[in-house]
Amino acid sequence: MTTETTETDTQPDTVRRSTEEDGSPSRAERVSALAQQHGALVTLLVAMVVASLSFDTFLTGDNLENMALSSAFLAVVALGMTFVIVTGGIDLSVGSLFALGGVVAAWGSQHGTTVALLLPLMVCGLIGLVNGVLIARSGLAPFIVTLAAMLGARGILLAITDEGSRTYLVDKDSFFATLGQGSLLGVGVPVWITMALFVLGAVVLRRTRFGQYVYAVGGNEDAAALMGAPVARTKIAVYTLSGLCAGLAGALNAAWLVSGVTILGSGMELEAIAAVVIGGTLLSGGFGFVSGSLVGVLLLKVIQNIINQIGSLDSAYQQVVSGAFLAGVVVAQTWLGRRRRVL
Amino acid sequence: MTDLTLARGPVDRDRLLRLLREYGVYAGVVALLLFNVALTPHFVSAENFRTQAVQVAPVLIVALGMALAIGTEGVDLSVGSVMALSTSLLSLYLGYGPWAAALVAVAGGILVGLANGTLIAFLGVQPIVATLALMVAGRGLALVLLPQLKDVRDPGMAALGSGDLLGIPYLVLIAAALALLVAFVVRRTTFGRQLLAIGDSRPAARLAGLPVRRVLIVVYICSGALAAIAGVLATARLTASDPTSLGTLMELSAITAVVVGGTPLSGGRVRIGGTIAGAVLIQLLTTTLVKHDLPPSWTQIAQAVVIVGAVYAARERGKR
Repeated sequence: MTTETTETDTQPDTVRRSTEEDGSPSRAERVSALAQQHGALVTLLVAMVVASLSFDTFLTGDNLENMALSSAFLAVVALGMTFVIVTGGIDLSVGSLFALGGVVAAWGSQHGTTVALLLPLMVCGLIGLVNGVLIARSGLAPFIVTLAAMLGARGILLAITDEGSRTYLVDKDSFFATLGQGSLLGVGVPVWITMALFVLGAVVLRRTRFGQYVYAVGGNEDAAALMGAPVARTKIAVYTLSGLCAGLAGALNAAWLVSGVTILGSGMELEAIAAVVIGGTLLSGGFGFVSGSLVGVLLLKVIQNIINQIGSLDSAYQQVVSGAFLAGVVVAQTWLGRRRRVL
Repeated sequence: MTDLTLARGPVDRDRLLRLLREYGVYAGVVALLLFNVALTPHFVSAENFRTQAVQVAPVLIVALGMALAIGTEGVDLSVGSVMALSTSLLSLYLGYGPWAAALVAVAGGILVGLANGTLIAFLGVQPIVATLALMVAGRGLALVLLPQLKDVRDPGMAALGSGDLLGIPYLVLIAAALALLVAFVVRRTTFGRQLLAIGDSRPAARLAGLPVRRVLIVVYICSGALAAIAGVLATARLTASDPTSLGTLMELSAITAVVVGGTPLSGGRVRIGGTIAGAVLIQLLTTTLVKHDLPPSWTQIAQAVVIVGAVYAARERGKR
């Protein structure tokens, strides 16, 4: 038994015991559990109220639509990331897969919508599968495997686009383009797809056997294996899922931009991880929920929007604020977790 | 499970695997050197070796700090952003002379390291996330301080970037001196022993009464300072400050050098010699591919394969 497992495993165990299994959690416990689960939502609402009081342009239809659209792609990536982080892993390859998915989809769109959608799913799903197999079967550290995949996927992307100099275009009138550009009841199609995926993701994580395995593997891998959960298969599945989500998000983004832009996605893995963590999912695994990740994405985008609205502020401040915010959330989470362990 | 059956098999295979783990990186460097000497035109020239050495120096310096962080079972993802921050600070304070500016730049790196260390040691945040936050914030801060590329016109900096002593560039000399210093600290000082003990087992180190928090903070401060020095040197070589692109993916190159050099990600062991060889290996690999007219995309794919291969070869040792 290495130190890492003993140290990281105590936390989620305690968290679940105190929030779910104990008959009557103490008041302080309940407060900290509530803060963990709904802190991001409260912050989001406060940020939105402040923004709409401060800027006339914040609560306009155009602005909200733009925010929803730009959140949609990151949200799909964050959905896959949530599953990975709940198992106690991390996937750093999603940014590259997002870009690769977009380029592959744009290339495939000349052969019809089916190819444009299936090809990125296949390519990115396959890379996710390779990640999962290396992590689950060979016991390699997730961050180093997916770091290599991040580099490798970016390399493949450059190789198929003449070193990034070639941009494949999507036909504006094709059905594939409407997937990104069309709207239904005044809301963009990507937003609808994202919402459907989150409902599906929430059901899978909370209500299916696979979802329970995901929590079990993240909570305590050895215990999960002893209990009879297919640990390796679950891990392979979550990394494949994360690859699929990143590929799909890339494809939708390509449909929205009607081209496969090669320079996208760098730093996206950080944004996705930040969103998931802000949403209350523990990085040590075993505890988390997909709705939190959606709130996390929206919060990041609202902050971004506020900084853009201020105007006089350099856009680089956005990174400073995002980084500081991430650090603050993680510190708060660690503090909440430790508080519960003491109690 | 498979280990048991393997152990009963031929002993030679185990020994071979261990040798590969210990010395594979050196063998790789030698093989690439031989390949290039035989097949690459104009490879064997003083000018070429000089270029290679100057290019590898900043990566190596960053990798030294990274090796320390990985030795404590951590990682420092903020190094690339620290380089960017350091180049911004350098360019801002250059009016006070190159020495003062370099000192401010290194002080900036130390502050980032202090923030990383505090988050990790006192607040118990995982190293990946703590340094991720500083990576995002650090790059932002660098861009706030210096929004775009700026030329560095200073004779002192120019001399540092392209001057040499007895034919050896200053950059290489500084990198070599720092490597010797870090190797000495890891092998011969109490601090080095404490660092390895913490990487091996943090609870055991704490129970043994080691100053775990202090050592961790110092490790991340060292990593930040080394990255800042690398930023100063890279700026001197390029004679320009470019906070947008300086140091991007540097964390990746540094981690690759450390891991390929045989330092396990699970901590408790730091191999400085291997780290140097790892940095040289990546540099040679890139050069080989570039000189044979293979596009940069191939370099990235090859680097990815090398990382996975190295970690795969080292995995048993990591599971100790």
